[in-house]
Formats: sequence, C-alpha cells, structure tokens
Amino acid sequence: MMTINELSHKLGLKIITEIPKKLERKVTGVYSCDLLSHAMAKINEGDVWITIHTNLNVVAVASLTDCACVLIPENIEIEKQMAERAAEKEVVLLSGAKSAAELCYEIFRLIKD
Amino acid sequence: MASVVVRDYIIPANDFTIAGEASSNVRKILSQLGVAPDIVKRTSIAMYEAEINAVIHGNGGQAHVEIDENKIVITISDQGPGIEDLELAMQEGYSTAPDSIREMGFGAGMGLSNMKKNSDILDIKTAVNEGTTVNITVFFKK
Repeated sequence: MMTINELSHKLGLKIITEIPKKLERKVTGVYSCDLLSHAMAKINEGDVWITIHTNLNVVAVASLTDCACVLIPENIEIEKQMAERAAEKEVVLLSGAKSAAELCYEIFRLIKD
Repeated sequence: MASVVVRDYIIPANDFTIAGEASSNVRKILSQLGVAPDIVKRTSIAMYEAEINAVIHGNGGQAHVEIDENKIVITISDQGPGIEDLELAMQEGYSTAPDSIREMGFGAGMGLSNMKKNSDILDIKTAVNEGTTVNITVFFKK
C-alpha cells in the first residue's frame, strides 16, 4: 500500500496542491475517465483519478467521490482557478508528464505490489 | 416525523464557479450526522447530477433539502424549458447538452440514469416551457 506522497515521488509527479495531511492518504486504486458523470459513478474512494479536464467541475467531482487525488497527465496546463479551488476544498492535485494510459499502468503496478 | 435539518439553496444559471456547492454542502451535513459513507456517496451523486442539470438546462433554479433520521428528500426545481420527452431523456447516452458544455466533460447522457441508480425514489415532474422539478429520496437504512 502506498501513500500519495510516495507515489508522487516514485513516478516523478508534481504536487500542485500541498495539503500535508492528505498526502499521507493511501492510494487504493486508479481510474481514468474524462466524462464527469461517468467518472462520478465509477470512481472509488481512494482512487487516483486521471483526467485531462482542468476546470472547476473536476474539483467538485473529486470532492464528492472522495477520490485520493486528481492527476492531470501530459503536463497539461492547470487553470489557476482550478488549483485555487482544489486547495480550498482540500483536493490533492497532481501533474504528470506521461499519458493517462502510461500513468494508469505505472500506478497499477506500484499499488499492486 | 419532524425534520431535523432543512436547507435551501439557490442554483445560479450557467455558473460553473459554484456549481456543485449545494451538493457539497449536503454531503458535509450528512457526514457530520454520521450517515453511512455509501449512502452519503449515493446522495451526493444523485444531487450533483440534478444540480448540474439545473445549471446547464434549467436556467438555474433552487434546491430544498429535508433530512430526518430515516431519509433525505431533495427537491431541485427550475423554471427552464422543461424536458420534451422524459422517457428518451432517461435513456443512458441521450443528451441535449451543447458543445461548450461537452468540452467541460458533461453531456455524457448519464445524469438522469445516475440519479435513478443512486436514489431510492426518483420523481420527475416536467412541462415544456414551464420547468422541471426533480424529487430525490434516499433512505439511510436498507
């Protein structure tokens, strides 16, 4: 079992919202989807949710589903408004260089061990 | 039975800076009341979908929430264009959301089916050019 902090270091992910107590949360799964209603229905508590959307609605869905964190792939620029809202709602926001598929694979491998 | 908590929220039209705030607030209240996490999640999903629909399709509206020790009843109403064919709208994948809304990640056509799946009673009253009222009931105990 791995924390968000450990996962971020292992995969070289950038932590956009620093919420120390939340970074110690265990990651239990990974889910990738860009349709918000679909994601909301399928995300499990403790999942890393990978999406290319960088709008405020992502923060709302992350908060309602209680996923471990949101990971934006491919170094997609994150809107300032989103980062601010994430900090306010205590939603951990991460950014990675790789594609959603590669990140899913790597996270899955790490948390399975 | 007397309601223990009653809340009212205004849902502004097309304002995504606060879309979801009412659902988020209700989620917090339910958690504080010690409602089981899976029930909190089901309620949040159903309410968020209804709230977002009011933002996107209903020109905004209002939410009225009543919580007692057995259940939560959420009423979200708008004075928007109404739903022409409710049966069609209930079908998963059917959506009338414009492209600008789809670009944000909405418009999957799962809103109403998510509401149905996550509520114990779902009642929708709608009339063209008059508006839509969605009633969601979730029981705390099975």
